Amino acid sequence: MTREFHWVIGVTGLNATDNPGPGVSVIRSLRDHPDFKGRIIGLAYHSLDPGVYASDLIDSAYLMPYPSEGTPSLRKRLEYIKEKTGLDLVLPTLDSEISGFIALENELREMGIRLFLPTKVQYEMRSKIRLSEVCEKAGLDFPLTRIISEVDTLYQLSKEIPFPYVLKGIFYGASVVKTIEEALAAFYRTTGQWGLPVIVQEFLVGEEYDILAVGDGKGHMVGGVPMKKTFLTEKGKGWAGVVVKDPRLLEITDQFCRVTKWRGPFEAEVLKTKEERYHLLEVNPRFPAWTYLCVGAGQNLPFTVAQLAMGMDPSPLNEFKVGTMFVRISLEQIVKIDLLEEVVSKGEIHYR
Amino acid sequence: MESNAINRLRDLALSESGFLFDPYSGATYTVNQTGRFILQLLKEGKGIEEIQTEMRKNFDTGDEDVRSDIYEFINLLKENHLLPNHFSL
Repeated sequence: MTREFHWVIGVTGLNATDNPGPGVSVIRSLRDHPDFKGRIIGLAYHSLDPGVYASDLIDSAYLMPYPSEGTPSLRKRLEYIKEKTGLDLVLPTLDSEISGFIALENELREMGIRLFLPTKVQYEMRSKIRLSEVCEKAGLDFPLTRIISEVDTLYQLSKEIPFPYVLKGIFYGASVVKTIEEALAAFYRTTGQWGLPVIVQEFLVGEEYDILAVGDGKGHMVGGVPMKKTFLTEKGKGWAGVVVKDPRLLEITDQFCRVTKWRGPFEAEVLKTKEERYHLLEVNPRFPAWTYLCVGAGQNLPFTVAQLAMGMDPSPLNEFKVGTMFVRISLEQIVKIDLLEEVVSKGEIHYR
Repeated sequence: MESNAINRLRDLALSESGFLFDPYSGATYTVNQTGRFILQLLKEGKGIEEIQTEMRKNFDTGDEDVRSDIYEFINLLKENHLLPNHFSL
């Protein structure tokens, strides 16, 4: 006997561009689950986000206020969408919006909208600034890292972390620098865009792997799939990838869940050096754009997160098909101009 | 053959056409007919003498030094991290 699920699920990140948001991949995953019979509401930030026009995947779409407008605007908009659609849960998928949703979690629950996200403390623990602390606690290798707020510190730093090293912005962007002149230029460029502080990390050579995993919030990992990107775009985004078999990668995410009691999906970036040392580089607190690969490999992690959000206790997903690949495709959706008009003028669109 | 090498070889996916997938790194390779033959025998746990005999039986090897060809191929596998560095037959 199978049970059908008729939830109304809102998904963000519909910007399936050359730097794709994860939303469309998450929606395809939900649609793919044989027991999911509910409705999917696309939550977009721009009238030309491609997912808004994916009428075969979403039932409706709504434009959302930008995260910079603050949580009152977000709450108000979700209240409206709840009233119109009966929204049961939201799967936010973009870095910039996660903290706003975390802040609203209790209020949304009272409105009858569920989330399955890390707590504020967990969310901050995985930040680039604090990840080394988690790694120390978890006994995981991490690149030698220093947080820099003053440009003068760079002059002494190379004694501690020799060139070349990586200079990262607090939220985004990384430059490999080989000289103090390059470091100074990267410091000003990065702080101009992302503010202070910057992160300086030793430059490690090796193979990078990504793991999508889900923590249940009680210290257990309920599923996880490791992947190696086999083709990158000029922006460094994965355009093809393959599921790999390396038990150590899942041991790292399992250990991360155990130490942080992580609640929700996360993408871990791990670098394996020639000496077979595994360094945890970053943890992104959300689904990645390649989420649908996991469904192909046998783990429907968005559906599992939806179950957890709705208070269910899904069985852990332990198996996946090694060698499953994805190769992304870019195609033109044909859109009638009146659909764009509807989105622009009303801020919403309904297909079914 | 030690267990680490046995597991490594067992996990390599090798097709009839010589397409090789390393599930640990995600890398793919193409091996020729001779390479495929040697690799298949390695996966079956055969030793150097057996591989040499099978090679002579199945290929027109003449007086060539089959044994050194096999070792050369094994070194190639090691260089590509498909076999542990300490692997020996």
